[in-house]
Amino acid sequence: MSAIHTTVDAKGLSCPMPIVKTAQAVKNVPAGELIEVLATDPGSVKDFAAWTRSTGNAIVEQTEDEGVYRFVIKRA
Amino acid sequence: MATETTAPEATTNDDAEAKLTEAIAAATEPEASIPGAQRQLVIINWSGEFDKVLPTLIMASVAAASGYKAQVFLTFWGLLPFVKDSRRITGENTMQKMLSFMQRPGISHMKMSKMNFMGMGPWMIGKLSEQYNVASPQELLEACQLMGVEFMPCQMTMDMFGFKREDMIDGLGEPVGAATVLELMTEEHTGSLFI
Repeated sequence: MSAIHTTVDAKGLSCPMPIVKTAQAVKNVPAGELIEVLATDPGSVKDFAAWTRSTGNAIVEQTEDEGVYRFVIKRA
Repeated sequence: MATETTAPEATTNDDAEAKLTEAIAAATEPEASIPGAQRQLVIINWSGEFDKVLPTLIMASVAAASGYKAQVFLTFWGLLPFVKDSRRITGENTMQKMLSFMQRPGISHMKMSKMNFMGMGPWMIGKLSEQYNVASPQELLEACQLMGVEFMPCQMTMDMFGFKREDMIDGLGEPVGAATVLELMTEEHTGSLFI
C-alpha cells in the first residue's frame, strides 16, 4: 500500500487534462493502491479535491514544490 | 481494579475504534457507486462554434472522469462538428449542399462565435492553445469517447441537413428526439446545460 503503483505526469497540461488523464490511469489501479499525480496547473488543487469527492478516491498526501503540485491519491 | 484492566481495555478500545473507522469509511467512501444515486450531466450542444464546443467537451470529459453518466445531445449547428472532417459537401438536395459549402462541417472546421475574422481568430486561439498546452477539441473528443461519454445526434437535424450515418464520426449513439433528452434532463441527480 505504501509504494506508488502508478505515476501520472500531467505537468504542463491545462484543465481538464490532468483530471482526465488521472481518471484514465486510475482504471488500471487496484483498490487501495496509490497513484501519484504531478501537475503544474494551479487550478488542479481545487479540481483534485472536487474530483476525489465525486469519485470516492482519497488524497492522502499533497505537496507543492517550485510550481509542481504532487498529489498522492488512494484508489477507492 | 481499574488500573489492572487498563492495558487489555486499551487494546479492545483500539480494536473497536479501528472497526468503527473502517465501517464509517465503508459507509461514506464510494458514494458514487450507490445504485440509483449516479449523478448525470446532460449537455445540449447546439451552437457548433469552437468556443462553445470546447467547454461542452471539457465538461463532458470531466463528468465522465468523475464517475458521472455524461450525455451530449447534438442538435442544429451543434451536429456539424460531429460530421467526419473529410466530408466536404453533404446533403442530398441543392440547398443542403449549399449549406455545407457555406459552413464546412467537421471538428477541424469550427468557427469562433466572436472574433472569427475570416479564420484569423481560430488560428490565433490555436497558436495560444499550443503555447499554453490547452487540449484541442480533437483530443477532448477522443478523451470523451474513451471515457464513455454518450453522443446522441438529433434526428430532426440529421434529416434537415441531409446527413447520413456514414457522414458522421464513429461512435455516435442512435439519433434521438427532444422527448428522449427531456426525460434525461429531468432525471434525479442530473445537471443539464444548453451550450
